[in-house]
Amino acid sequence: MTRSQDNPWLHRFALLTAVSTLFLIWLGGLVTSHGAGMAVPDWPTTYGYNMFFFPISRWVGGIFYEHSHRLVASGIGFLTVILTVWLWLKEERRWLRRLGYIALFAVVFQGVLGGLRVTQMKDVIGVFHATLAQMFFALLCSIALFTSRWWREFSQTTLTRDGSGAGRHVFAIVTGMILLQLIVGATMRHQHAGLAIPDFPAAYGKLWPAMDADSVARYNQARGELTATNPITSFQIAVQMVHRLMALAILLSVAWVAGAMRRRYPGTVLSKGAMGWLGLILMQAALGAFTIWSNKAADVATAHVALGALSLVTGVLLSIVASRALKPSAVHQGLRAPAAVGAARQSDHVTA
Amino acid sequence: MKYYLPTVALVVGSLQFAGAGDITGKVSLKGTPKAEIPIDLGPSCGPLNPNKVTTRHYVASKDGGLANVFVYLKDAKAAPAAGEGPMLDQVGCMYEPYVMGVVAGQKFKVRNSDPTLHNVHATPKLNKEFNFGQPLKGQVNEKVFDQPEVLVRVKCDVHPWMFAYVGVAENPYFAVTDKDGNFKISGVPDGKYTVVAYHLKTHGANPGVTQSVDVKGSAKQDFTVEIP
Repeated sequence: MTRSQDNPWLHRFALLTAVSTLFLIWLGGLVTSHGAGMAVPDWPTTYGYNMFFFPISRWVGGIFYEHSHRLVASGIGFLTVILTVWLWLKEERRWLRRLGYIALFAVVFQGVLGGLRVTQMKDVIGVFHATLAQMFFALLCSIALFTSRWWREFSQTTLTRDGSGAGRHVFAIVTGMILLQLIVGATMRHQHAGLAIPDFPAAYGKLWPAMDADSVARYNQARGELTATNPITSFQIAVQMVHRLMALAILLSVAWVAGAMRRRYPGTVLSKGAMGWLGLILMQAALGAFTIWSNKAADVATAHVALGALSLVTGVLLSIVASRALKPSAVHQGLRAPAAVGAARQSDHVTA
Repeated sequence: MKYYLPTVALVVGSLQFAGAGDITGKVSLKGTPKAEIPIDLGPSCGPLNPNKVTTRHYVASKDGGLANVFVYLKDAKAAPAAGEGPMLDQVGCMYEPYVMGVVAGQKFKVRNSDPTLHNVHATPKLNKEFNFGQPLKGQVNEKVFDQPEVLVRVKCDVHPWMFAYVGVAENPYFAVTDKDGNFKISGVPDGKYTVVAYHLKTHGANPGVTQSVDVKGSAKQDFTVEIP
């Protein structure tokens, strides 16, 4: 068995699996946006049928979204099995083969989580299911990056002018903020309460909404729900306010990172990537606002989920690129010994 | 002998209801609710229901009588239900009735009268959640809630506009107001009670409006539900 690092078809297959996973996340968003997560009450069967033989004529209403999600998820599971075996057979780098094993474990676990969400009827499982979906997508995109020829060539280069590695961790920190934001978003979606705050940029006409019991009762009374949404609670209002504030913090952080990269490493992949990232975050913020203004229209809310996944993945990939391209030189690593930290900071400052 | 048994039954029955009466009344709505939202039944349900259907948050008569209010005795002794449990039907992709009552522990039926799939998903806070499919027209399932709980939502996730409520009382002394806001609680033993009128959209997490009623043969008690 010959293993190598140059497997262009393996890379293309990893890309296909990653893009298919984004499609699956979008379908998952449609399921929650349409309140259809429990439309098929059994799992792994569908209304008693083997899920692959459930008649198309019965894919009505919410069943269409939930059942499509299950079928596509099965397909992603199959693609992931092939990817893992392919990596195991052909990939030279052991750590990359291990990423394949992790992906396989994650997709199986994700499938079981989805099933348990249905059979156990627990909203909190849905939050884990949504979060793991985003992390699985990021993992597949990382595998696609590592198997690319571009990465092999790029990983031999460094972008630092002074070898200090300045700015190396900012991508990872902001990406961590985005992951937290996605968890908050998943928590909001899986409360199945619709919009906890129906206006934007104000919140119930104020900068910070009242959350006492009487006010919440008044908000609930004023709502005119078409569907069986749960009554909103003060917790849900607080979570949406946190989501708004975090969105602002992420937007400012990504803008700052993009500006810093443009100044420090103009014309490089980090600079261009960070600008693209900023574009995604701006669109995501606009979609978030439009989600509220459209009274959480299913298509808009689902696009918000999918773009959130793309924002996370962009951050993850840029973090990986930055961690390699801005790796501090051996000299600087030596300088960063406790006694010489001050000197290293001074050096960074001069370069900046 | 052949006349003896019916006579005994009659006497026992009379004794059972000795000193029992009805509580009647009307629930009126004060204030102007938001307009109901029209429901688009879509391609699978549209042909099953020719009526123009809307949400049913506030169903009120011209003179202000409010329908779908669950009226029950809060402090009557717990008692089992008499007779067969009620039926929650799915017809024309709508639940009928919108609000109904059962006694805790009493079996009730859920039927699918539509030639399309429904799932029946109860989302209680105190009782056990359930979710099952009713893919066949005419399918009937029996369910039970063990704990008193006002109100338990039952919904269909296939058709998200379909939802209804079940009031689970600890005694059989309850009623749901009709389209004119009238109610009648029958067979109430003489005594003093707290009567609660609970309307989901108005009262939400609040307990509803209460009145003390002294039943001596029969009693009348009206309620006013005010939109906050």
